[in-house]
Parts: sequence; structure tokens; C-alpha cells
Amino acid sequence: MEKSVLRDPGFYVMVAIGLAAMLILPVVLDMFTIMQITQYVVLAVFALSLGYIWGFGGILSFGQAAFFGLGAYTFAVAAINIGETTIPLILAFAIPCLFGAALGYFIFYGRLSDVYLGVVTMVVTLLFWKLANHTAGPEYAIGEARLGGFNGIPSIPVMNIPGEPEAMLDPVQMFQVFMGFLIVVYIVLRLLIASDFGRVSIGIRENETRASLLGYDVRRHKLVVFAIGSGIAGLAGAMWATYQAFIDPNAFSMEMSAKALVWVMAGGVGTLVGPIIGVILLQWLTLKLGTMELLNSLAVLGAIMMVLVLALPKGIVPTLRKLIVDGWTLARRKKTGGKADE
Amino acid sequence: MDYTLVVALEMIRAIAWLVLLASGLAIIFGMMRIINFAHGEFLMLGGYTVVISTNAGVNEWVSILILAPVVVGVFGIIVERLVIQRLYGRILDSLLATWGLSMLMMGGVTMIFGNTVQGVSTPFGGMKIGAYQVPIYNFVLIGFAVLVLVAIWCVLKFTKAGLIARATMQNADMAEALGIRTRWVYMTTFGIGSAITGLAGGLLAPVTGVVPTMGMNLVGQSFITVITGGASVIAGTLSSATLLGTISQGVTFLTGPVYGDAALLVTALVLLRLLPQGITGRIFKRSL
Repeated sequence: MEKSVLRDPGFYVMVAIGLAAMLILPVVLDMFTIMQITQYVVLAVFALSLGYIWGFGGILSFGQAAFFGLGAYTFAVAAINIGETTIPLILAFAIPCLFGAALGYFIFYGRLSDVYLGVVTMVVTLLFWKLANHTAGPEYAIGEARLGGFNGIPSIPVMNIPGEPEAMLDPVQMFQVFMGFLIVVYIVLRLLIASDFGRVSIGIRENETRASLLGYDVRRHKLVVFAIGSGIAGLAGAMWATYQAFIDPNAFSMEMSAKALVWVMAGGVGTLVGPIIGVILLQWLTLKLGTMELLNSLAVLGAIMMVLVLALPKGIVPTLRKLIVDGWTLARRKKTGGKADE
Repeated sequence: MDYTLVVALEMIRAIAWLVLLASGLAIIFGMMRIINFAHGEFLMLGGYTVVISTNAGVNEWVSILILAPVVVGVFGIIVERLVIQRLYGRILDSLLATWGLSMLMMGGVTMIFGNTVQGVSTPFGGMKIGAYQVPIYNFVLIGFAVLVLVAIWCVLKFTKAGLIARATMQNADMAEALGIRTRWVYMTTFGIGSAITGLAGGLLAPVTGVVPTMGMNLVGQSFITVITGGASVIAGTLSSATLLGTISQGVTFLTGPVYGDAALLVTALVLLRLLPQGITGRIFKRSL
């Protein structure tokens, strides 16, 4: 399945759809809708980070929100102190990436099992959430930025053009820049997955023992995959922070990690389109259900998660793909008079 | 002297607290190698059972010692039948499903009872050690922690059911081949683990009060204790609770409760780097 990306028409179709959305949507839609869609774009980057490490590295992290929140807080603190947003954006990738590598060292070099990995990542997230809530006093400040505890950090600078702190982006430009980020992340991940490195990590996902017997360093490999995923999640967090101009400890919440899992599960583990579709579908659904005010959003999320695990474990995209392929084969078989073909 | 005594007592209470929080989870983990991510909400359910029945006029001890374990135990068996048993052999899926359950319960209880703290009075009041006031209830917690561990040990060691459970734990396929219905063993284990969790939740309710989100403050400690302990139920829980309780309580004394939790996590991470299977994966291997 992992044939050369550059010869896969699906890849160009996806990038074209992305570019078209980036250029055409601002013309046809009003400002409010564009700002809504920007939210989906940010969350799609977040979903991709988990979709990559889970689907193509076999690492099921229950704490992707830890890196999302870390990126958001890094960006907020750095942007308030520096007064522009280019360096903070780089830091928001680098710091979660390094933290992911450090955590990954303990997890992967200890060869912890999947269950332990899940528990450790989840507890790390819980701890971040507790610590962030705890920083309400004025003594918790980094430079000029007060962490603000459960009140969060308000008035985070809007993104500006690199080198020109005064030239802030308007909402439409922000949408286009974020779309650009999403497309770049998608392309980079596709290329990474198709590279030798990516093939090895898929091999590890399939059979860890075999991969290590073939001479690959499974521990180092998983650590790198995990760190890349953490960095992307951090980038999404920074986008979230500048989009909302506000960040509070809920960025670290269990709900945030759970949402990422649900998006990836719904869309399909082992694809990159899946997580993006998962975000659009479920955020839209949450929006609809949220207006009903009758149901608690957490309960809905939990119920969706259970139903997905029990009823649709493969997710939407792989299920559809299989249906299409099966239908295609069936049609071909009829045409050739019942002869089995490739 | 008095101060030393109070500190020592607090340490022991912290250890007992971890033992209570983790025992039910450890039984399930030891048997089936899965972690019940809804563990915190099972504790919450036990707490709510106690608060609601006590406020409805039931004797507090009856609701803590009988109602809470029964309600949560039955709930656990229902969950096992409806969800967990479909996912045997798919460990990660069972984690995801129980996490979904956790959020469903948290949201559901919020819808029914609202997001407010409810409580019952702590029985017994306090006693004086020198210049310090100590709640007598602390001794109750310590007593029950000991009792729970002794009871689990006796059941596993001296009864036929315990023998069957140990056989299944050691080698499920072999046990199945010898005629033990392992699925039935799993269901019972899950029920008993849930019941102990319910008891723990009931015992904690007078101290912490109950809120729909109380589970979140407790799961971290429970999970860390269980995975640090490893697969042996008693030796694992006891050794990791002792180690982690001492460290976190020590740090809490010096800096405050939030860093106590952080110390717990860091200790556990370093320990797992050295002993990836938990303490009982290397030491006390043959113990229960």
C-alpha cells in the first residue's frame, strides 16, 4: 500500500483539495464561517499528530493533550515576552518535541508495554493539568507572562508576518496560513511515511520483535516517531493559542486527549485523511448536539468513543476504502465472467 | 516527639490510602492485564452511593460497608458483560472503551446530580496527640487497608476459588484446558475488583466529599501505584504503595500536595525505567 507518494494520485488530489479550500473558501464564505473553519484546521493538525504516531508508529498515546497544551503555553509565554510570533512558533514545536523525546526515553528505553504507555502518558497529562491549575498566584510568572492558573493567559498576540511584529494577520489571512500549515504537515508526514524511516516504523508497528531481529533499533525509532508527533501536537497548540488569543489549563484536559483519540478512531487508524475527516465530522456533530443543551458534552464524547470501539473499530475511511475495493473487484469479476483476477 | 509521631502517622495513612485506591484495580490488572480506565468513576460511584443513601436515612456504616461494594460490584459485572468481555484479546481497545465509559459516567452523573460537592460527616471526630489534633477516621482507613489486603491474601491462598484464580492468572490457556471456565473467572474477578473499588470510594467519601469529577484526582495515584507494583496483587500493591506513599507524603510535607503528585510520577517513571515490569516483575516474583 505504501507505494511511492509521488506516483499516488490520491496524494495530489488531497493537496489540491487543500489548496482549493485555502484559496476559494475565503471568497465564497463569510468571515464568521471562515473563523469557525479555522478551528477545524487547527484541530486537524492536532489530530494528524496522533494519527501519525498511532497509525504509522503503533504508539497509542493517551496523553496527546500534554504536548498540545505545552505548545500552547510555550507559544503564549514566548509571544508575550518577545512581542512577535515567529520564534515562539518555532519554540512551540521544539519544546514539546524535546519533552516528548525525554518522556519517550523513559517509556521506550524501558520497553514498557502498551498498557503502561497508555497509563504513563495519561498520568503525565493529568499532572500538567493539575500543575497548570495550580499556578494562579502572581509568583508564577515567566518573564512578563503570568501563568494565571485556572484563569488562563489572556491577550496572547495574534500571529504576525515574520520580521514585522506590527503586521498582524486578519482572520482570513490566518485561515490561509493555517491551511498552509495543515497542507505542509500533511505533505511532510506523507513523505516521511513513504521514506525508509517510515517503512521501518510501519514494520515495527506490525511486528516489533521481527523488526528488532532484522537489526533495527526499535527503541530509538519509536522515540523519534513519538517526538515528531509531540512537536506537531505542540504546533497545533500554538495555533490554538493564537487563534483564541487565550489559553487555559483545559488545553491539558483529558477531554482534549480523548477528542484526539476519537477523531483518529472515527476517521480510521492508519490513514492521514481519516483523522482530518474525523475532526470535521465530530466537531460538526458536537456543535449540533451542543445547541441542544440537554446532553452533557463529556457524556456524548464518552458514548461515541465506546460505540466506535465496539461497533466500528476500523474507522470510516478504511471501512469505506474496503467497501469500494470490494465493490470494484466484484464488478470486475462479473465483467470477466466470474474469473478471479488481481 | 509528638510531631514525629504525627508525621509517621500521616505517612502510614498515605500508604493506606494508596492501598485502598489501588487494590480493586490491581486485582483486575493482575488477572486480565488490563487497566480499567473508568476506575476513578467506579470510586465516584461508591462515594455517591454512600452520600445518597446516608442522606436518605440509611446508617452510614451500612452504606459504606454493604451498599457501596454491592452497588459498584453489580455495576462492574454489568460493564464486564456488556463491554469488557467483547474485547478480550484486544487490550488497547478495552482501554479505549473503559475510557469512554469513564467520560460517559462523569457526564452522566453531572447531568443527574449537578456539578456540586456533596458530603457526609466524618465519623468519630478527632483525638489529641500532644499538641496535634488527629482524626480518628485515619485509623479506620488504615485498619480497612490492612483488612482488604489480608482478605485478598486469605481468599487467594486458602480457598478453592483462590486456587482457580491463581491458576488462571498464571496460565489462562492451561487453566482452560483443565476445565476451568476462564471467562467466568474473569467476570467474577472484575466484579470483585469493582466491589473493592466501591468500598474504597465509600470509605473516602466522608473525607473528600463527592463531585462528578472526583475520579480525576484519584486515578493518577491509583494507576501509578498499580503499574509500579506490577502483576502480583498483594506484594505489588503493598510494596509500591509503601514506596510511593512515603515519597509523595514526604514531598507534600515539604512543598505542598501538587508537587507530591509530581514526585509520585517522577519516582514511578524512574522506577519503571529500571524495572519495566513493575517492582514484582523482578523482586518478590513468586509472591501473590
